[in-house]
Amino acid sequence: MAIAVYLAIYSGLLVFLIGCFLRIREYSRVPFHLRWELYPVPHEAPQYAAHGGSYFESAESWRKPQEHHHVREWAAMLEEIVFLRSVWESNRRLWVSSFCLHSGLYLSIAAAALAAIAGVVPAHAALIPVSAGLATAAAWIGITGAVVIVDGAILLLISRVREPGLRNYTKGADIFNLLFFVATFGLLIAGTLVSGHAAATAEIVRGALRLDLSLPIHPLLGAGVVCASALAAYIPFTHMSHFIAKYFTWHEVRWDDRRMERGGALERRMAENLQYRPTWAAKHVGADGQRSWVEIAAGDPPQEVRK
Amino acid sequence: MRPGVSLNDFSRTDREPLIHLSNADLMPLPEPLTDKKDDPVSPALSEECRNRYECGLDDTCAVNIPQPKSPQEEERLVAQFLTGLEKLFSAANNWTFLQPLLLTMEHCTGCQTCADACHIFEASGRNELYRPTFRSEVLRRLYFKFVKHGGLFSAWQHGDIRLNWPLVARLIELSYRCNLCRRCAQACPIGCDNGLVAHELRKLFSQEMGIAARELHDQGSMLQLKAGSSTGMNAEVVKDNVAFIDEDISERTGIEVHTPWDVHGADVLLIHNAGEIMAWPENPGAFALILTLAGVSWTMSSELAGYDSINYGLWYDDAQFARVALKHVEAARKLGVKRVVLGECGHAHKALCVVADRMLTGEFNVPRESSLPLLRDIVLGGKIRFDPTRNDFPVTLHDPCNLVRLMGVVEPQREIVRALCPQFREMEPHGVDNYCCGGGSGFAIMSGNNFSDWRFHVAGRRKLDQVLTAFSDCLDPATPKYLCAPCSNCKGQFRDMLAYYDLWEKNRILYGGLVELIVNAATDVKPGFIEWEWH
Repeated sequence: MAIAVYLAIYSGLLVFLIGCFLRIREYSRVPFHLRWELYPVPHEAPQYAAHGGSYFESAESWRKPQEHHHVREWAAMLEEIVFLRSVWESNRRLWVSSFCLHSGLYLSIAAAALAAIAGVVPAHAALIPVSAGLATAAAWIGITGAVVIVDGAILLLISRVREPGLRNYTKGADIFNLLFFVATFGLLIAGTLVSGHAAATAEIVRGALRLDLSLPIHPLLGAGVVCASALAAYIPFTHMSHFIAKYFTWHEVRWDDRRMERGGALERRMAENLQYRPTWAAKHVGADGQRSWVEIAAGDPPQEVRK
Repeated sequence: MRPGVSLNDFSRTDREPLIHLSNADLMPLPEPLTDKKDDPVSPALSEECRNRYECGLDDTCAVNIPQPKSPQEEERLVAQFLTGLEKLFSAANNWTFLQPLLLTMEHCTGCQTCADACHIFEASGRNELYRPTFRSEVLRRLYFKFVKHGGLFSAWQHGDIRLNWPLVARLIELSYRCNLCRRCAQACPIGCDNGLVAHELRKLFSQEMGIAARELHDQGSMLQLKAGSSTGMNAEVVKDNVAFIDEDISERTGIEVHTPWDVHGADVLLIHNAGEIMAWPENPGAFALILTLAGVSWTMSSELAGYDSINYGLWYDDAQFARVALKHVEAARKLGVKRVVLGECGHAHKALCVVADRMLTGEFNVPRESSLPLLRDIVLGGKIRFDPTRNDFPVTLHDPCNLVRLMGVVEPQREIVRALCPQFREMEPHGVDNYCCGGGSGFAIMSGNNFSDWRFHVAGRRKLDQVLTAFSDCLDPATPKYLCAPCSNCKGQFRDMLAYYDLWEKNRILYGGLVELIVNAATDVKPGFIEWEWH
C-alpha cells in the first residue's frame, strides 16, 4: 500500500511541476504586447494611487522618473489572493463559496508544508517534540482546510447547477472538477477519521520523504492521498491553473504601465516585434508576408472596395 | 438563460434575430423618464435592410454585412474566418495583444463576476445575448476547437460549438455591441478581458475579411489617412474654419485670439479631435483663448492628420491604428515641438499616450500628454483670474473611459470643476469605476439603420440614469444644468441622447466640454461665454 501511495505523491508532484512550468513557459514566450493597463494601478505614486490615477495626471510627467511602489502592489496582491477582493466587490453572492474553496486550499498547502518540515526534522530525541508539534499542527490545519474545501466546492456546485447565469456557461469538466475536490478532500477527511492507529496524513508525508515502506496506511486515507496527487497533476492542464495566469494578467497586462524610454530595455524588446511579417489578407493592411510590421505601419493603406 | 437564447442558437441557420428587446424589458429610468411613454419605441429595421444584410442577431444592424448569394460564398467566408482565427493567435500577426488574448481564452472560470459590471447587460434587462461572457464564450469554443484542434475531450472540457456562416455573421454584429469600456475586465478576479475579446474580433473581421463598420473604416481611418481628417477637412479648410473660430471667440470674449499654425520649436503641439472644429467650435476656441491668456508657447499643425487627433483604428484595426499614430508623431517631429498635448478627446488620449507608446521607438518617442493637467495647472496657478459665481449652476462631470479607467487621468478635471463650479456634484459611481456614455468604441458616430436607437436605449441607458440621478434635485427647467464631458465622442453621444429624450427642452440639461466652463468663469472675459441654447 505504502509504495503505491508514495508513487502517486511523487508522480503527482512531478506532473504538477512540469505542468506549471509548461504554462509559465507558454505565457512567457509570447511576444511583448502593447500597453493595455487598467486603473487603478496600485504601484503608482501615492498621490495618484489614492484615487486610482496615474502619472499622466502630472503635466510633463515624462521629465520625471516613473515611480513604482512595490509595497502598495504587494499589499494589493495579498488582499486579492487571501481575501478575493474582486469577488467580494463585484460578486458577493459567489464570495463565500469561492473564499471557502481558496482558503481551504491555502490551509491544505500550509498543512502539507508543515508535514514536510516535520518529516525532515532529524529523529533526535530533543527534536521529537518539535516534530510532533508540527505534525499535530499539520493535522489540525489540514483537516480544517479539507472541511472548508468540501464546503466551498459543494456550495459552488449548487451555484453552478442552480443559477442560470452560471449554469449556461458550466461545462462537464467544471462539474467534474468540483466533484473531484469533494471526493478527494472527503476521502482525506474520512480516512483521517477512520485511520485509528494507522498513519495520519503527516506521517504519510514523512514516510514519502524517507521512503518508509513499512508504514501502515489505511486504505481510505491512502485513496485520499492518491486522489490529491492526481488532482495536483490535473490542475495545471485546466483553467484552474489561473494562479499562474493571474500573475501575467495582473502584472503584465492590468498593472503594466511601464513607459517607453529612448534606448531602454523595453525598446530593445519591442524592436524584435516590429520586424514580424504579418499575413493578414484584407487589402488595406497591405501585408504580404514580406513586409515587416513597421513597414506596413509606415506606409499608406492600399485603397480597397469594402463589403 | 432566457428561452430561445443559447450558445447553440448562435449557429441557427434562419435569418431571424435571436432576440427582440422591447422597452418593457429594459432597465427602468428615473424621473423624469419613469413613464414608459416617455421612452420612444425603436423603429424596426427596414425591409430592405433585412433583405440585403445579415440581421440575425437582434433588432438592429451596425455593420451592414451583405448576405452571401450562394452556399459556396458562405463556405468561402467561413474559410476566411478560420484563416483569420488562426492568425489572431499567431505571434507574427497579432503580437500586439496575443498574451492578454491567450490568457482570457484559457482561464475564464465562467464565474460571471463581470456580468454586473457591464452597463449594456444591465440596461438590456440582463439579456443573455449581451452578457459580457457570451461573445467570449463563442470565441473560446472556436479557439479550442479550431486553433487548438481539440477533440471530444476538449469539447467536454471547454464546450462545443457549430461553426457556420450564420455564426460568423452574428459574431461580427455582436463584436459591435460592446463599448470596449473594459469595466468587465476591471471586475474580473482572474484578469480576463471580455472587452479585449470584442476588440480582437473586430480586428479579425477587418484585417482578414475586410469587414468593419463603415463609419470607422471608410469614413474614418481611411478618410483620415487620405484627406487628413475623418471630417474630410484638408489643411486649408481646417485653417479657414479655425480662423473663423478665432474671430468669433475674439468677438464673444473681448480678447484677441489667433491660433498659431506650424510654429517650429513651440512648447506644445495641440491636437484636437477635428470633429470639435466642426460641431463644437467653442471648444477649440476656448482652448486657444486659455493658452493665449496663460502665455503658453503653442501651435497647431497643418500636416496630414496633424490637426485631427482621432484614431479609430484603436477600436478595430491595428494597421490603421499604427498608421494614424505615426502620422500624429510625424507632425510633432517635423515641427520640433517639445510635446504633443491632446485636446478633449478620450480615445485620442488612450491611443497616442498609452496604446501607441511601445511602438513609438527612438526618435518617434515624442512626449505626449493630456491637456487636462496643463489646464489644471493654469486654472490653479493664478495666471488667469476666475470668478466661480459665473458658473453658479448645477454641474456634473462625466468620466470618459479612455481617459479615466484606461489611462488614470481622474483628478485634474475634478480639481478644475471643484475650483470653478460651486454647484458641482459627482455621478455615482465615478472616477475609475465610471460607466461608459454608451458612445464608446465608435458607437457615437455610428447611426446607420436604427443603430442609434439601440445605443440610446441600451448602451447609453446606464449613463442616462446616472445623469438624471445627479440632477434629480434640480430637474425643473427653470434651472439650467451643465453636463461636462471632456471628450468629443462622449459629447456626441450626449448630444444625440439628450435630444432623443428631449431633456434640453423639458429639463434644460445642456452638455459641453471642460474648457467652456473655464472660459465662462474667467473674469477678463465678457460674461456669458456658455450660451444656454441647444447645439
